[in-house]
Amino acid sequence: MRSAQDMMSGSQGNAQGHEHSTKTVQFISFRVGEQEFAIDIMAVREIKGWTDTTTLPNQEEYLLGVLNLRGTIVPIYDLRCRFGLGLTVATRSHVVIIVSVLDRTIGLLVDAVSDILTVNSNEIRPVPEMEKSVSNEFLSGLITIGETMVVLLSLETLFAQRPSEDASAVAA
Amino acid sequence: MSDSSFGANELDRFRATFFEECAELIADMESRLSCMLTETADSEELNAIFRAVHSIKAGAGAFGLKRLVTFSHTFEALLDWLRDGRIAQDERVATILVKAGDILAALVEAAQQGKEIAADFETEIANELHGLLEEASGGTSTHRAKAEPKSTSESVTPAKATVDYRISFSPHAELFRHANEPLLLIKELERFGTLHTFCDTSKLPSLAAMEPEDAYFSWTFELSTNRSKADIAEVFEFVDQDCILDISESAEEEAFGLFDDDEPKALNEPAPDSSPAVAPTIEHKPAAEPAQKAQSGAKSNANATIRVDLARIDRLVNMVGELVITQAMLAQQIIDQGKDQGQQAIQGHEDLAVLTRELQECVMAIRMQPVKSVFQRMPRLVREVAGKLNKQVNLVTHGEQTEVDKTVIEELADPLTHMIRNSIDHGIETPDVRIAAGKPAEGKIVLSAAHVGSNILIHISDDGAGINRERLLKKAIEKGIVTPNANLSDEEIDELIFAPGFSTAAAVTDVSGRGVGMDVVRRNIVGLGGRIQVQSTFGKGTRFTLIIPLTLAVLDGMIVASGSEKYILPLTSIIESFRPDKSQVREITGGGQVASIRGEYVRLVYLCKIFDVPGAVLEPWKGLVVLVETASGNKLGIVVDELIGQQQVVIKSLLDNFTPVPGISGATILGNGRVALILDIEQLAGMTERRRHATIDGRLSGSKPALLDDQASQPHSDVDDGALPRLAVGSR
Repeated sequence: MRSAQDMMSGSQGNAQGHEHSTKTVQFISFRVGEQEFAIDIMAVREIKGWTDTTTLPNQEEYLLGVLNLRGTIVPIYDLRCRFGLGLTVATRSHVVIIVSVLDRTIGLLVDAVSDILTVNSNEIRPVPEMEKSVSNEFLSGLITIGETMVVLLSLETLFAQRPSEDASAVAA
Repeated sequence: MSDSSFGANELDRFRATFFEECAELIADMESRLSCMLTETADSEELNAIFRAVHSIKAGAGAFGLKRLVTFSHTFEALLDWLRDGRIAQDERVATILVKAGDILAALVEAAQQGKEIAADFETEIANELHGLLEEASGGTSTHRAKAEPKSTSESVTPAKATVDYRISFSPHAELFRHANEPLLLIKELERFGTLHTFCDTSKLPSLAAMEPEDAYFSWTFELSTNRSKADIAEVFEFVDQDCILDISESAEEEAFGLFDDDEPKALNEPAPDSSPAVAPTIEHKPAAEPAQKAQSGAKSNANATIRVDLARIDRLVNMVGELVITQAMLAQQIIDQGKDQGQQAIQGHEDLAVLTRELQECVMAIRMQPVKSVFQRMPRLVREVAGKLNKQVNLVTHGEQTEVDKTVIEELADPLTHMIRNSIDHGIETPDVRIAAGKPAEGKIVLSAAHVGSNILIHISDDGAGINRERLLKKAIEKGIVTPNANLSDEEIDELIFAPGFSTAAAVTDVSGRGVGMDVVRRNIVGLGGRIQVQSTFGKGTRFTLIIPLTLAVLDGMIVASGSEKYILPLTSIIESFRPDKSQVREITGGGQVASIRGEYVRLVYLCKIFDVPGAVLEPWKGLVVLVETASGNKLGIVVDELIGQQQVVIKSLLDNFTPVPGISGATILGNGRVALILDIEQLAGMTERRRHATIDGRLSGSKPALLDDQASQPHSDVDDGALPRLAVGSR
């Protein structure tokens, strides 16, 4: 089992404090279905309301398509669908979080943005081992805020495998 | 310049600028030098070469590059003697000059990269240069006499009587700061004839008041010479910005009244034109001779162009792209609000549209450059490669002035270099083989460029051995690229040279066959949105044709609708569109449809089926068929619902934030702010076949979850998602 400290250095390296054991880290938390998730605030570029996307043909189902973000073409992923919970029926009240991951700008469709969390790194708990069927490799830690458990997402892991990258490397 | 006044960074920057300029100077010099191989250069040409070498020498001196200084000094001395006729231009001299140019380029490159080169690298050619100089100084008179009839401008005025000129020359302080020396100018004048020099020292202040670096003297010369006024002006060429110069004939002759004395450079034009030594037609120069001269004159003024960081231009281009999109969006909104509401707004907006379009064209034009900058690197390459392989090759270039986007030019250099290297290595035979085949010993490679529509067409043809199809096919079978019983047409066999990992050279040579083959070339060209074709006749030669869009930034597109989606088809690949009669559409055994048009059958490709778009028209006779042509000349009928309209679109890359999507070459933003995908015809042609089987198998677009109709997210296809990209690879 890895320690929370190790995970911090892995995925939330941007957030830094000065004290040794109690670095303060900030996250943006959001809701997908009944679950609260959080991502490193340094990765977030902007948050905007849902608008229709242009479908990219023959892609994974969780890729909703692309958006025009002031001249940049940004792919939008449905996080709910990415977690295997089915497609989100997106409405105007849904939110897209634009993030930078691995030098790419992408959008994440979520149900709602909840809060900005400021926590000490020692408050981040490791994710316990789960059954094989549960995909937990994108999860980098757990935080408890009041009564709620918030799951820290590792965007790098979640989007490390660019769909059809292998094939594209050959094609390029 | 010392390190105390300039930090290391500044020095580095100056150095970088120096080498940047060197590259330009060398390129210019090389193209002029290679012209000398075929024709006698006039004084303008020689001056330009001299200037280039001189500037390199000066810069090299500033940076303490001694070796470069020494060599360019010798080189320059020879050029100097050549332009004043002490050395006659002939083939031998021209060849030595070209070689010297190559050496100079290599020395500059070595200096730039801090590379060590062999100590005797330039010795041989330097000796040859010295040899020429000594020859000339030994027998000046005879050489000179020989030179007179054929060489530069002054030689065509033998009958001209001696004319008296009065020259007044008042240097500014800048002249000295630019490290010029009036004494040298005076000595130069002295060589022209009888010179009387009067120095005006009246401005000289008292010693206490004197500024040591200022200019106080001015001179008046009386010169009796048979040289032209242009020749005299030339002496002052390097300093004419830094002095007040007046050259007038003291005699009664006022025939030269048209000369503007303030611009001594203009003097150069008329005089050499009367020279019979100027070759009548010059392959390399599309412009008429006087225009050419005017051009090179302007170039030496160096104020006709400015140096701009490419990133700034890119930014400008992007901004204008955004502007175009925003303008189109505004237009849409105004129209949506109702025409009668905002008649004035509409009018104003139409003006804006015109202006925006013009602005965009101007900005795009900034990026356009003649392909010359790539073409002129090739002669050296040809000499090097041919020399290494003991082959004789003559490179002829056409259409160097053809303009194309800067990015395209940069991307062209590698493929062209590779192809020319290939042509020499694999195409052109050794002299004895050529002679045995009844061809001239010297092989010929023609490199040409021309505009065709919004594309640039580049041909590289050689008169070498051509493609040996038998050997090629054998090799392809050996490598498992084709199956032994495959029945391929000649064209298909030729296409094999573009297959990955293919090299036809019997042995891997030092020159080509470094593991990069024509497949890389093709990939580069396709990456530019272009295509490459090969035609070959065995024993006669090979011709490669590159068709590349002029710019990577914009594209003339046709917006087509298929179901809920809109796509952009590149206008250049569209032949026509038509609504077929039901009887024109036939099923083909094995799945698939064709449409007959004027006796020809074209395969039908349903966008909605390839891309799984719901709600599209499935009967071509109710929709439209857009007839397109692929790079390989195949025709394809793309079935769509309707044509929305033609529009110039700004190409956006999907790759910045995503991966390549089969069948899609890029994206753009439509008037409503939404993204539209640009179709890749080549890939579509390759994709359809398999995909069609899938659809025939009953996986039509009907079975999608009815969640998000307008958003049209497609159902996950588990049949051949993996196969698709591979298929696309195969089609390239």
